[in-house]
Amino acid sequence: MLEQQEQQRDYVLRTVEERGVRLVRLWFTDILGNLKSFAISPAELENALIDGMTFDGSSIEGFSRVQEADVLAIPDPNTFEVLPWADPKGTEARVFCNIHNLDVTPFNGDPRQVLRRNLDAAVEKGFSFYVAPDIEYFYFAPPKPGETPQPLDEGGFFDLTTSDMSTSLRKETIRTLETMGIPVEYSFHEDAPSQHEIDLRHTDALTMADSVMTFRLAVKEVAAAHGVHATFMPKPLEGVQGSGMHLHLSLFRGSDNAFYDESDPYNLSTTAKSFMAGLLRHAAEITAVTNQTVNSYKRLVPGFEAPVHISWARNNRSGLIRVPVPKKGNPLATRIEYRSPDPAANPYLAFSVLLAAGMKGIAEGYELPVEADANLFEMDDTALTKLGIGQLPQSLSDALNLMERSELVHDALGEHIFEWFLRNKRNEWRGYKTQVTPFEVNRYLRSL
Amino acid sequence: MSSASPDFLVVWPDPPAADLARTLDLAGYRWKAVASPDEALEHEPAGGWAGAVVTCDQNPEGAWAFCRALRRRDALPCPILLLISGAELGQLEMRDDAFDDFCLTPFHPRELEARLRHLTFSEGAVTRAELIEYGGLVLNLETYQATFEGHSLDLTFMEYELLKFLAQNPGKVFTREMLLSRVWGYEYYGGARTVDVHIRRLRAKLGEEHANLIQTVRSVGYRFGQSRWNG
Repeated sequence: MLEQQEQQRDYVLRTVEERGVRLVRLWFTDILGNLKSFAISPAELENALIDGMTFDGSSIEGFSRVQEADVLAIPDPNTFEVLPWADPKGTEARVFCNIHNLDVTPFNGDPRQVLRRNLDAAVEKGFSFYVAPDIEYFYFAPPKPGETPQPLDEGGFFDLTTSDMSTSLRKETIRTLETMGIPVEYSFHEDAPSQHEIDLRHTDALTMADSVMTFRLAVKEVAAAHGVHATFMPKPLEGVQGSGMHLHLSLFRGSDNAFYDESDPYNLSTTAKSFMAGLLRHAAEITAVTNQTVNSYKRLVPGFEAPVHISWARNNRSGLIRVPVPKKGNPLATRIEYRSPDPAANPYLAFSVLLAAGMKGIAEGYELPVEADANLFEMDDTALTKLGIGQLPQSLSDALNLMERSELVHDALGEHIFEWFLRNKRNEWRGYKTQVTPFEVNRYLRSL
Repeated sequence: MSSASPDFLVVWPDPPAADLARTLDLAGYRWKAVASPDEALEHEPAGGWAGAVVTCDQNPEGAWAFCRALRRRDALPCPILLLISGAELGQLEMRDDAFDDFCLTPFHPRELEARLRHLTFSEGAVTRAELIEYGGLVLNLETYQATFEGHSLDLTFMEYELLKFLAQNPGKVFTREMLLSRVWGYEYYGGARTVDVHIRRLRAKLGEEHANLIQTVRSVGYRFGQSRWNG
């Protein structure tokens, strides 16, 4: 293990030399899921790989308190990649970092460390956690303050090329992703104007969380190079569907899919059923993490293909969990699709709470509720209550109240992030709540 | 290298088996037992070790790690003799590059002596391929760089290691477990599926039109390049 690390360092240093890399970007993620980066010269890299780079954590929102300001960023050499969109005059590379305290213990404010801790716990039980996201996003003309976002393919912005523009942007994005080792499964134009979806092929959850961070940047970089604004805002336009990040989840035990059981009528193992039961039982309390903005809850409404009810089914897209039928009955492709998260989530934290909820279901042997295959949007509340089907929180405030009481989320995120997240998001809610919206003015000003 | 101490061996693990120590002493070798690659480096004589004797029986993982560490060093290559029991011979498969010769345990002192003589005599012959080429693919083992039809491939370390392993053995089918144990040699979060993930990433980087350079062999594993049989 130590020897391998040394070899990886050699590899990175040699590549920097051979490829003429001029700048190495050290990447990490803050609690809200924003990508942070600082650049070092190749000369500093060897030291950084061995001893890490010290920086003032209090300069990153949510990281350190002032008295314990300094933290250590140690690059994970396995994530070293040359950046395809860098300035042609100077090749750039990036490497993801784990953040440590100065005594080299994992730093509790680092989402990547949080996910590693949760994955370690699953590995201890013999499971590796795999994730494949379907990520939706919009292309808009560069936003102007106070104006409704303008889709690319509704004319106006690129009169000559209209819908072709956004399709070629998507294709270029896919090429960029593939050169960075992020394979794409499908991509297509979504229902809403200028909305696109790119589905990534499944990888272990840590690699995927890194890939989602890279993905969001790549989409924005490619768009920006053409003067277009790409956004992962969950519901940018009223009246059309929002952007989700459906997550296909599976557990593997060695090379076997632990969710597959040939003898079960659904081909789902007890492990899969308990995992789903865990997700369903804890869905409401983890929603603040998987849907972390005020705007997220404008997406989770009936009528726009987003889930509202906490239920599961094999082929019912109105439920929270869908169990897709694997192509050609391939057992390895057995998985469940968790449909509420949106692409504005912090992937490290979202994967952490999902895994924790599922693993809790396995540990406690939760019973999976019956499949809800009717269209739930057509049922009234009494009928739903009778079926024992609850709802996802209706607002960020509701979600935070549920999260605050959740031991599961507290343990999955750890005290530091749990506390800070609640505090930060309560502030966001307060900021929102004190606004007087155009809705209110239009509705009440004349009549009241 | 010509100034290497002609008879100074490094022996792993520390302490070595009593019969090994006795045989080396009787054969007139100077030797030093070490517990780690770092120790081997620390005690290395000015001209480098004449050879290494690595016993694989008790702790095979440690033995391979030690061999790989010796191999990896830029300067002063040292030929490696592996002591291994008949029951463990399967371990040698696909690790040709990690040792120069082996001797079955329990060994006969005469055989061990003879093999050591050959090993240290031919020390200059320890060569490593500098380039691996297949079709348009070139891997430079010296610089860790991979190119395909003249274009640089930007690979992560594990992608490079996997491609190197496959390209060194074209036409041969490998199971995921084999690849995991030979290329990774340690557990990552992904478990055995890590192999599939890296194969996909390699295919993505090779580009769609060359993705079939690495073929999936249904319900077995993967093969690089043409099959030997229908080549």
